[in-house]
Order: sequence, then C-alpha cells, then structure tokens
Amino acid sequence: MSLWRTLAKRLIMAVIVILVGGFLSAVLVRYAPGFGTDERQLDARLSAESHQAIRDESSAERGIASYYVEWLRKMSRGGLGDSRSMQKPVAQLLMERSGITLRIVAESLAIAWMVALFLVAATWSTHSAPLEKTCTTASGLLLCLPAGAVALLLILLNAPGYLALVAVVFPKVHRYLSDLVGATGRMSHILAARAKGISEHRLLLWHVIPAIRREILALGGVSIALALNAAIPVEALCGIPGVGQLAWQSALARDLPVLISVSLLVIAFTVLANSGADLLADERRQPA
Amino acid sequence: MRRLMLPLCLLLLALATPGMCLDELRFYLHSDPKTFNPALVADPDSETIRYLTGGVLVRLNRQTQQLEPELATAWKVSKDGKTITFQLRQGVRFSDGTPFGAQDVQFTMTVLMDPMLHSPTGDAFRSGQGKISAAILTPDRISLTFPAPVAGLEKLFDQVAIMSAGSPKKEMAVLGPFYVAEYKPGAYVALHRNPNYWKHDDAGRALPYLDAVKLEIQSNRDIEMLKFSRNEIHLINAMDADYFDRLARSAPDKVRDAGPSLDSEMMWFNQASEASIASYKLEWFRSRNFRQAVSLSINRDDLCKVVYGGHAIPARGPVSPANKYWFNTQLPQARFDQEDALRLLQEDGFRLVDGRLVDRGGHPVQFSIITNAGNRSRERMVSMIQADLRAIGMQVNVVTLDFPSLIQRISEAFNYEAAMLGLTNVELDPNEQMNVWLSSSDQHQWNPRQSSPATSWEAEIDRLMRVQASAMDDKTRKRAFDRVQEIVADELPFIYLVNQNALVGVSPALQGVVPVAARPQTYWDIEHIRFSVERANNAN
Amino acid sequence: MKIARMVAIVVVSLITLISMGGSLLPGFDYIRQDRKHFSEGPSYEHWLGTDAVGRDRLARLIHGTRVSLLLAPAAAWISVVLAFVVGAAPGFAGGVTERMAKAIIDLALSLPWFFLLLMVRAMLPLNTSPAVSAAITFSVLGLLGWGVPARILLARARRLRQSEFVALARAGGVSHRRLFGVHVLPNLLPVMTAQFWIAVPVFILAEANLSLLGLGVAEPLPSLGGLLRDLESGLSVRSDLCNFAALFVLVVMVSSLQVAFMKHEVS
Repeated sequence: MSLWRTLAKRLIMAVIVILVGGFLSAVLVRYAPGFGTDERQLDARLSAESHQAIRDESSAERGIASYYVEWLRKMSRGGLGDSRSMQKPVAQLLMERSGITLRIVAESLAIAWMVALFLVAATWSTHSAPLEKTCTTASGLLLCLPAGAVALLLILLNAPGYLALVAVVFPKVHRYLSDLVGATGRMSHILAARAKGISEHRLLLWHVIPAIRREILALGGVSIALALNAAIPVEALCGIPGVGQLAWQSALARDLPVLISVSLLVIAFTVLANSGADLLADERRQPA
Repeated sequence: MRRLMLPLCLLLLALATPGMCLDELRFYLHSDPKTFNPALVADPDSETIRYLTGGVLVRLNRQTQQLEPELATAWKVSKDGKTITFQLRQGVRFSDGTPFGAQDVQFTMTVLMDPMLHSPTGDAFRSGQGKISAAILTPDRISLTFPAPVAGLEKLFDQVAIMSAGSPKKEMAVLGPFYVAEYKPGAYVALHRNPNYWKHDDAGRALPYLDAVKLEIQSNRDIEMLKFSRNEIHLINAMDADYFDRLARSAPDKVRDAGPSLDSEMMWFNQASEASIASYKLEWFRSRNFRQAVSLSINRDDLCKVVYGGHAIPARGPVSPANKYWFNTQLPQARFDQEDALRLLQEDGFRLVDGRLVDRGGHPVQFSIITNAGNRSRERMVSMIQADLRAIGMQVNVVTLDFPSLIQRISEAFNYEAAMLGLTNVELDPNEQMNVWLSSSDQHQWNPRQSSPATSWEAEIDRLMRVQASAMDDKTRKRAFDRVQEIVADELPFIYLVNQNALVGVSPALQGVVPVAARPQTYWDIEHIRFSVERANNAN
Repeated sequence: MKIARMVAIVVVSLITLISMGGSLLPGFDYIRQDRKHFSEGPSYEHWLGTDAVGRDRLARLIHGTRVSLLLAPAAAWISVVLAFVVGAAPGFAGGVTERMAKAIIDLALSLPWFFLLLMVRAMLPLNTSPAVSAAITFSVLGLLGWGVPARILLARARRLRQSEFVALARAGGVSHRRLFGVHVLPNLLPVMTAQFWIAVPVFILAEANLSLLGLGVAEPLPSLGGLLRDLESGLSVRSDLCNFAALFVLVVMVSSLQVAFMKHEVS
C-alpha cells in the first residue's frame, strides 16, 4: 500500500512540475525579444495591410496566462494547436518526428553508457594508471570538441552524424562514474575486502556498484535530460528531422504552440526519468 | 521450376537493361517548404517547389531577362495600363488530366487577389483600392482589369502559377514540368515528371528530359558541400565563396561563377525619430557628410577579395549590374579614401583626439552595428568594417543577433544604431521595391512610416517612384528610376557594400545547366536539363 | 605518478604564463588584419598562419586562451557552488526541502533557457564592451549550468544522510553543522571536482554558441570557444593543421589541470 501511495504522491508532484514548467516555458518564450515577429516583415513585396495582418497573427498569444489556460483546455481535448511557422498541426509535427528523436537518443545513450561502463570497469580491473590517464584525456578531448565539428567528422567518415550525441553524453557520464567508483574504491571496507583476496570483478559488481547505485541511477536520469537537450543542436546541425530540429526551428521563429508542446515533452521526460531513478534507488535500499 | 525460368530471366533482364534507372536530379532545400499552395508562397523553399511544378502564363527567361510566352501565346496591355488580355494555349491539361482554360486563370486571380490572403504575389498586383475583374472572352481568351495601372504588369505573371478551378486535387494539380509525388516532412520532397506537360523540344520529344527531381531537406551547408563533393547531389545554388574556392581547387569542373548576382550587402544608420538612441548620435546619422565619410572609409575591394575570394564586385547602388535593364551605368564607382572621409567629417565639426574621433560636443564617435548571426560572410565583413572605421577614429561594436531579435529592433522597437543585412532573391523590376523607397512605408528601413518626407531628397524619391509606378512606357520608368539611384548614391541612406557573384555547383554529369544571375540560378531551365550520355554509359 | 603531476604543473604554468604575458609582447596584435595574407598557413611573420580576415592566429590563440582561462573556471566555480546549495544541502536535509529541490532541478534541466539568454542580451546596451560582454556571458553560463551536478550531489548527499557513519555521528551528539562540514562535505568533493573539470571546457564551447544570440565574446576580442567554432568550417573548407591549434591547447590545458590537481591516483 505504501508503494502505491508513494507512486501516487510522486505522480501528482510530477504533474504539478510539468504544468508549472510548461507555464514557465511559455512565459520565457512570450517575453523573449523577437516574439511576434516574422521574417516576412522584411519582405518589401508585401503591402502595409499584409504586414499588419502578420503582426496580428500572434495577438492571441500576447496574454500568456489566458493563452496557456486555453492551450491546456485544447490539449485535454487532444489538440495541441497549429504551428505558425510550419503551418501544420503541432500534434502532427510531433507524431512525425518523435520516433526519430527517441531512436537516436536511445541509441546514443546506450553507446555512451556501454563505453563508459566498459572503460571504468577496465580501469578498475587493471589498475592501470596509463589507461586511466588515456581515458581522462579522451573524455577531455570529447568535451572540448564542438558538437558541430564532431557531427561533421562523423559524416566525413560516413557515420551517422547524430552519434555526436555520444560525444556529448559519454565524457560527462565517464567522468562522474570514474570519480564515483574511484572514491568508493578507497573506502575502508573495499580495501579490507581486497586484502582478503576478493577478485576485482566481484568487488566492483557486488560491493562498489551497489554502494553507488543511487548516484548511478541519478546519473542515468540526468543523462537522459542531457541527451534530450543535446539532441536539439545536433539534429539542427545534421538536418535530422526530429523533435530537436523542430524545437530549434520553432525557437528561432518564436513559435509558441510548438515550443509549449516540446517543452512539456522534455520536462515530462526529465521528471519521469529522474523520478523513476529515485524510485528504483529507494526500492532497492537495503534494510538497516 | 521451369515455369519460373522465363519470368525470372525477364526480371533479371529488366533489372540489367541500361536506361531503366530513373534520371533523377537531386539537390537540397534548406528547410521544409511551408506550403504547396502557389498563391501562398512567401519563402524560398516553397518558391522552388512552385517554380518546378507551376505553369505560368508568361515566363521571364532568366538568361536573357526577357519575357517569353508559356501558357499564354500572346498578350496585350491596354494603353492605360489597367487591362491585360491573354490568348491562351490550346490543348493543355493539368497533371491529373483536367483541361486548362480561361476559367482556371480567372479562378487563380480571384484566389490571389483575396485581400485576406496576404501573399507577396498577390500584393504585387495591388496598385490601388478596388477589385480586379476578369472577363472570359472565349474559352481560351481572358481579359483582366485592375483598379489602377500596374507598372510592369505582364512581368508579374511570371510568379503566378495557374491553379485548376475544377480539379479534385486542387492546388496539387499542376501545369508545370513536374508534380509533387511524395512529401516526407523534414526529409524530402519527391517530384515526378508531369505526364501531361505540354512542352516539346525541337525534335518533338516531350519535356522535361528528367524523370524526377528529389529535393532533400538539409539546412547545414557544410553537409551540403560534403554530399556534393561525393556526387550524392547534383546542384548547389548560391554557394559560399569559401566552399567554391575549395571545390575549385579539387574539382574545377564542378563549380561555376556566373558573374555578379542580383544580391547585395548593405548597411544603414537608424534615422528614425522614434529611435531610442542619443540625440547627438541621431544627428551624426542624419548627416550626409557622416554617411559619406563612413562609405569612403570602407575598403570594398578588400571586402570582395578577403570575404568573397574575389567573387564579388563593389556595389555602386541599389541595383546590381546583373540587372541589365534597370542598372544605372552612369553611377560612379564607390571610392575608398579615408583622407577625404576625415575632411568631410571635419566640415561637420568632428576632430581627432589621441586617435579617437570626437564630435563638436566632445562625444567620442562610437556606435554599434547589428547583423544576423550565423552568416559567416557577413560576420567577416562587419569585422573588416570595424577595422576600417577604427582607422579614422570611430569605435564600432559588432553585435550579432538571431533573426527575430534583429527584426524586432529594426522594424518595431527601432532600438539600434546601425544595421547590416543583405538583399537576396531580388526581383528585376524596381516596382517590387516600391515599399523600400516610399517614405510612408514600413520597409523604408532607415526612417519608416513618415507622415510626410523628412528630407527634400526623400520627397523627390517618393515623387520619382510614383512616376515610374504609373508610367506605361519603360523609357519613362527607366529615367525616373535612374534618378532615384543617383539620389541614393549621393545621400546614402543605404551604404551598399558588395554585389556577390552567383557561385553554383553543377555536377559534370549534367547537361543543359547554364548558371545565371537571377534565381533560380541553376535550374531555371529545368525542362532542358538532362544527364549526359557518359553518365548513362557509366550506369551499365 | 609524481613525474606526471610535475609535467602537468609545468605545462599548466607555461600555458598560463604565455597567455597572460604574451598579450603584453609587441607583435602579438590580435586585432590587426593583414589583408594581403589572409587564410594562409604558417609563415615567418605568422607562425600559426592567419585567419579568414588576415589576423595572426597565434596572437588570437594567446589572447583567446587568456579570456577563456580567466572566465570559464570562474563560471564553473559559480555553477559548482550553486549545485552545492541547491543539491547537496537539501539532499542532506531531506523531507520537503529535498522534494522541492528535486522539482527545481528538474525544471532547471528542462526549461528553454535559450529565451532567458535572449532577454539578457536584450537588456544589455548594444555598446557593451567586448570584455564586459564576455564576463556577463560566462556569469550567465555559470548561473544556468548547475542542474546536472546538483542532481548528482543531491543523490549523493541523500545516500550519506542515510549512511551508518552519519547515523553513528548523530547518535554520538555531533551537531548538524559539524556533521555536514567535517564528515559529509569531504565525501561530496569528488563529485564537485568532477563537475568543475567538466564545466570548464563545456562553458568554453557554450560561449561560442552564444554568439548566435548576440552574447558571447564580441569582435574583435577572441576566445577559445570562438576559435573552436571555426573548426566546423575548417573541416569542410580547409584541412589545415593550424585550425586545430585551439583544440590542442584546450585539450592539453584541461587534461593537465586534471592531472595536476587530482589528489588521488588509481592504486
């Protein structure tokens, strides 16, 4: 019963955070400079009446609180509004693109985590300082490379450009993991276990990782948020028609209906990922 | 098994037979087209689709810059410039088989002239208040009457893709060489040849030669360049000079420089009364001597050499020399003379103090130039202008902004000091730039929406633009607009910097591509573009 | 490993000395445009060649390194401190405070801060000097970049709160303040240190991307991020090794800093 109560509480909290986040996103977009403008305002072929009509297109969005409430009402009936810049229903745009983004984010996260875990495990098992330094330098190199340059390099090598996401996520995951593992490895009970002859693999799998599972799960949650945020510039750079590219183009066009929808999606994913991580960490807590 | 042998052999033969592969031209659009409705086209990518699929009554030949008959075999404009009568081509059908006739022209113009449409194509026809009337004289003859004379009326029909009044496919039924077969949002638009296209070549072969055009959607120019160098796409329009030079070194047969384009880069100072800038700065910007001094201090030859690799020419005025008819050949060349610039500034009371220029009131001359971020050429140009003006003691701050922020500052809030932008996709006829030159207009960038002209030269420009808009003969229009260009070169409300060349990438596998200055620079003659015989042989 | 640390310290010191002192030397003018020799490779006059408008690449690298090395660590420090305040403290406190902190962190990770940055740009006068613009840019990055480390610090602090040694210390009458300052904080330092070292290059790169919004280090002042952004066009336009000089300096600097200041080694 307490599990269901916990779940219910977390769900309510998540919904509140998502709704508040959606409103804050709408406020940020509404009051950002350039809201309500359109490239067509620089088109000398258009008449004065047409220019005025273009300016009036966003008049309904200027009262942001009432617009947001109305938007939520439409959403409850299954509509997400129409995109001004793409002239299509937002729901259609998201349906067309979310599969692509989910796939590339999932792939990139899987690769980043697998490589990070493998390198951390290898460093732990071999106790090789050169290996550790090489990994540090490699992740440092990836941190220093602009995502655009990585994407271009990948395309030059005939690899998918979206794997630049791996270059964004991997160094952070690896850095945290290796420091967490290193710090835990210096704890007295680990040193004692090693002195008693327990193998490095067993130490890592049965003693170190369980001790830092909460941090690993937290890292898993934030790496999803990292990957989703990084997907925006990577998709925009590589011309991948996912939600990230949609978000970038809509941000440049100040397309409020799209931005609210995308923000809610990202906030929902982030909140659910982090809440899920916390839940798992709590459920696996060993009795005192 | 024996029963399957023959069909299998036939299948293999079919697959192996040369010439069975589709002649598909591939190049990139830089974003999703916003609409397939030709009446609503306002962005370059939708315009590409319209050009490739739309049938027009008359077509402006981008090479000769002369009008040619298309769906109209003949036309006549009345003496008062208000009525145009078209004789339509007979036996033409839309891509879905629906017959074409005068009712389709009437329908198209009715849609276009709907005041709620707000399209650049429709607005170009609006010369006065009132409705347009269309009289169908015969099934293949129609007369259109406008409420007021429209300058360059017949040329405007180059932008009007005729829509079917009766087809169930509505705007997707087209009269052009291709039709939209498939659209995958964010990925590509696939065009297939129109089986009912009316045109044939001199040998009687049905046009277009190509079977299909695939327009993939890719905003990244670096990736476009990579794919082109790997022969995955066949054309690049409006290439950056950097890419052009690199490709020219490795594959010179893939790039073409078609000479000056119609595009230009320019900067201007904010002279609006509502401008939220210091009054002493407004005084500088309103001074002809100040503007002239700034123009004289900018080394345009260096801009052409360094930023465009020599693939640009110094601009002289609002019209590029590529515009053969409307360019005023008497305009003086832009000069680079920093000593003369300082002399002009001294006349206005400016002086140099420890290498810094100060005005009469002791204010150091410092201002900002805003431009849009992400355009490498423009960012380099503004950096060079900053260095040039530093040499005469002016301190310039460069601020790159995203486009909506830029638009808000220059069109709504007027909180900027100087701006630098470019003119692209420029129409040949100056009447399309009417809104830039009329002082009462929104688009009169340096000082928009004036209730009455702030200066005598702006009043004169207003008068001359109205003369050219109402005159029916081109000579009168040319005289008037030549004078406008002279005034602009003298008063410099816009400081024109360069006219960049039309740099394009064309695959050597293609024939019939003749790059020109006017857009679309490479595929303007899409019906006659084909793959070469060598490419067909290489496919075996 | 002492040798490795010594080498790293020497490298860091050298780069710091050159970047701070090099700007004072004549002949290292990062503004002057040599328009007869633009986009050229290394030469006697320009040891690392020139950029697209003829400015000396070495001079711009030296100045850019100084700008970024001064400001990026400051921004990273701000983000770490904020992460500690918003993550670690509530994580240790638990209860409603912890739940509120989680909600704030989730929002911080997912809100479109792009628009806030646009507002910051709109509020700044257009004539803000490049140096002030750079400082404001990095401050904003620091103020917005605490989400990820805050989440991890929160999880770690929570684990420590529930650990046996803390329970033991509480039972022994150790005050909250002493418990946090003396026993818990040292256990959080590795994560905070990791965040700091990650944030420095991330902020250097982020600054370059902010120039798309009108923030970032304004012309003619160079920055490492701006020089790195040129890599993108360098890859497709011109494969000149000197393009990679900024990347090389940044990687060497970041790696050396980590090696020089890491207290613990793999044993």
